[in-house]
Amino acid sequence: MKYFDNPERMVLLLRQMLDGLGVTMTLFALTLVISLPLGLVFALLRMSKLKVLRFPVWLLILIMRGTPLILQVFTVYFILPQIFGMSFERMTAVVISFGINYAAYFAEIYRAGVEGIPQGQREAAHVLGMSRAQAFFRILLPQMIKRIMLPVSNEVITLVKDTALVTAIGMVELYRVARNAASASGSLEPLFVAGIFYLILNTLVTAAFDAMGRRLDYYKG
Amino acid sequence: MLQANNLEKSFDALGVLRRVSLHVEKGEVVAIIGRSGSGKSTLLRCLNHLEKVDAGYIRVDGDVMVDTENGGYAPRDKLHAICLKMGYVFQNFNLFPHFSVLRNLTEAQRCVLKRPKEEAEARAEALLEKVGLSDKRDQYPYQLSGGQQQRVAIARALALDPMILCFDEPTSALDPLLTKDVLTVIRDLARDNNTMIVVTHEMAFAREVADRVMYMEDGRILAQGTPQEVFSEQAVRAFTAVAPDQAL
Repeated sequence: MKYFDNPERMVLLLRQMLDGLGVTMTLFALTLVISLPLGLVFALLRMSKLKVLRFPVWLLILIMRGTPLILQVFTVYFILPQIFGMSFERMTAVVISFGINYAAYFAEIYRAGVEGIPQGQREAAHVLGMSRAQAFFRILLPQMIKRIMLPVSNEVITLVKDTALVTAIGMVELYRVARNAASASGSLEPLFVAGIFYLILNTLVTAAFDAMGRRLDYYKG
Repeated sequence: MLQANNLEKSFDALGVLRRVSLHVEKGEVVAIIGRSGSGKSTLLRCLNHLEKVDAGYIRVDGDVMVDTENGGYAPRDKLHAICLKMGYVFQNFNLFPHFSVLRNLTEAQRCVLKRPKEEAEARAEALLEKVGLSDKRDQYPYQLSGGQQQRVAIARALALDPMILCFDEPTSALDPLLTKDVLTVIRDLARDNNTMIVVTHEMAFAREVADRVMYMEDGRILAQGTPQEVFSEQAVRAFTAVAPDQAL
């Protein structure tokens, strides 16, 4: 054992890992801030009556869900700058690619949530004179949110773990810190510690979704 | 008050409405009866713009909703205003499950009619009292029985002050005991001279409450007139002989 029986080294490692955790959390938070609302935009376009709006989003979602996230990160970080002659900060490139990728998944979850609401709800809104926008934001969206909590929590938990992918373009986050320490020391203990960090993060995510689920439990249906 | 001429509607080449015409006078209660699949619900849905007619003419209180021989449906804003003159009560209530009973009644008043909160709530409370559910104002739909939900749905439709209230088999999803409460509310509305179109399977109720009964079969109106006239027609008698004439 190199860390678990050596408090000094352990404290040093934890300190480095907290720095890495900061990067991980930043990426996590920014991705959600972008993808949760962007997913709603994608979902609305995907459900549009107009094929010109529906088709491009259908294609984008197909590509985002159908290719590895890591390739999408590479594309934004290495290839887009060559095409457009501008370069991105690593974090910017990663947040763009994660944001769009997760938005694609959220869009399909939102769509399933909306389409699962009985047609009668839309008809009731219509006969009460509500516009399509009023019906969506007042009647469908609130009911949709309750229906999508479980699949959304799955995605958010996956996102916590997907942040480790950005190691591939040289970002130093939680997993990279642990891997560096592991190769420098020849011990797997830092990776084990990193695993515990991810588990704690996802315990918090799970608790947050449980709490939101309970708050939405004031009605049934 | 309402005039509809030669309405036609088909789903996948299946003719559901075949040149159906009807008119409803102010204060009149019209019952539409007939077998399942005879087109009576589709007729009601077309009058409320839940379905678009393939051909025909509908006029509500002097405003033309649709005239397929003369420009089709009214422009959006006009259509919206015309639809607001109609109220609609669904077979399976379709209350908003995420709103309290009170909010079910106030939501459209506020966002569609732009009524101030106090006014909308006062109207909602008056209507809840009328349908006997004042004590349920803060409950959610799932906490109510089917009959109570349907009475809330009736109050929700009334809250927008429609000129004509339409009921699509309002008691078909209810057991006989709950049916009674809902029919009592509709009967009271009829007594207050509300203009109503009621699609129903309750023959005794149609006979008692309706000023006029229309009997539909295969997308056509085969008989219409006073309840006495219609229920003595050969075709209608054949129908009512097999239809359950539920006691009230």
